[in-house]
Amino acid sequence: MKAWIFSFLFGMWVLILVGGGIIVNVLGPISITGYGEINWFISSLFKAVIAIILVVIWILILSKLKNWIFRNEIKS
Amino acid sequence: MSELIIPAIISCFVAFFTVYVTTPYLIKYLQKRNFAVKDVNKKEEIMVPRPGGPSIILGIISSEIILYSFFQSNDILAIMITSVLAFLIGYVDDRKVMSGWFKPIALAITASPIIILGAYDSNLAFPLFGEVQIPVLYLGVIVLMIPITGNTINSIDVLNGVASGFMTIAGFSLSIGLFILQNYEMMIISLPLGFVSLAFYKYHKIPSKIFPGDSGALTLGSMYGAIAIVGQVEIVAAVALLPAVINSFLFLSSVKKVVEHRQIKEKPVDHDEEFRLRATNEKTAPVTLVRLILAGGPMTEKQVCCTIFKLAIFSGGLAVITALLMEVRT
Repeated sequence: MKAWIFSFLFGMWVLILVGGGIIVNVLGPISITGYGEINWFISSLFKAVIAIILVVIWILILSKLKNWIFRNEIKS
Repeated sequence: MSELIIPAIISCFVAFFTVYVTTPYLIKYLQKRNFAVKDVNKKEEIMVPRPGGPSIILGIISSEIILYSFFQSNDILAIMITSVLAFLIGYVDDRKVMSGWFKPIALAITASPIIILGAYDSNLAFPLFGEVQIPVLYLGVIVLMIPITGNTINSIDVLNGVASGFMTIAGFSLSIGLFILQNYEMMIISLPLGFVSLAFYKYHKIPSKIFPGDSGALTLGSMYGAIAIVGQVEIVAAVALLPAVINSFLFLSSVKKVVEHRQIKEKPVDHDEEFRLRATNEKTAPVTLVRLILAGGPMTEKQVCCTIFKLAIFSGGLAVITALLMEVRT
């Protein structure tokens, strides 16, 4: 039982590292122009929306992982 | 670096012994006033005084004031005021049961000193890959961080000694992370959190002589979140807190709404004939970390606590590795 929880923790950690990579390498360089002085704000807002979507995906993956682990544990 | 050693030693000493010395007096005071709750995981009818928050906040304030006298830094003020506000919110909740939404919303407001005093940097640093500048999103991170850390520590406070023991491990892991990242001043500011938690653990461990209550758990969790933001170690802090995050995540994803634990009718855990903890078969009961641990079979309260501490040490190790990965990149 305990090994599964440790695996779940490790899985969460890997997802955090991967998510960080996506945010820095994909979201970071995005820059929106054409809005004058509020370019930085629009860019930041756009990045914020994408980041929130990534967090939702992260939660969905964890949720699936959790259901799978818990179902296996109940069966055993 | 050497000029930081004296403030570090004094503040850690004050943090530890303030809690260590004042908690027995607080226990006697609470017993006299009959401020006690039943320890539901004991066979006998045992009443445990609550809340221990006042001695915890006293330890934090006294040690951080000492550090402020050395450094005169807004960072210390931001962390201290945030912790005090979180304590007050917890104390209100200890005295009067508030709705499930009260704490997250009220705790979001406690992050305001960090923003007002400008004790943050809108760059979010990730291990291996570097930093990203997200000014708008970062304000959201600040406002969300304190309710998340406060409530996750509060929600893991279900067994004797878990909240304070877990916070000791996570707090020291965060301090090690700050040391690795060579943020020595913040490391010293963070150390009282670990020492306050350790001193309180002495009275909170099995069999508990006092419970921290919402005021204690929210104070510890909020201070942890504030250190993460001010010290720019958000990811390291999140990793060290993962077992508690899992607990909150499991709870929310199974209940699907923000509610107080006491509002849940179907209990996730009950007791067997030997009064060991056992996962219930209630389909509608929330899935929690303790229920997940008990899915393999009944365990004593002490065994469950040990498992949670092992998970905390494991995630603390991952947090240290995360800090090392951040240092490799820089």
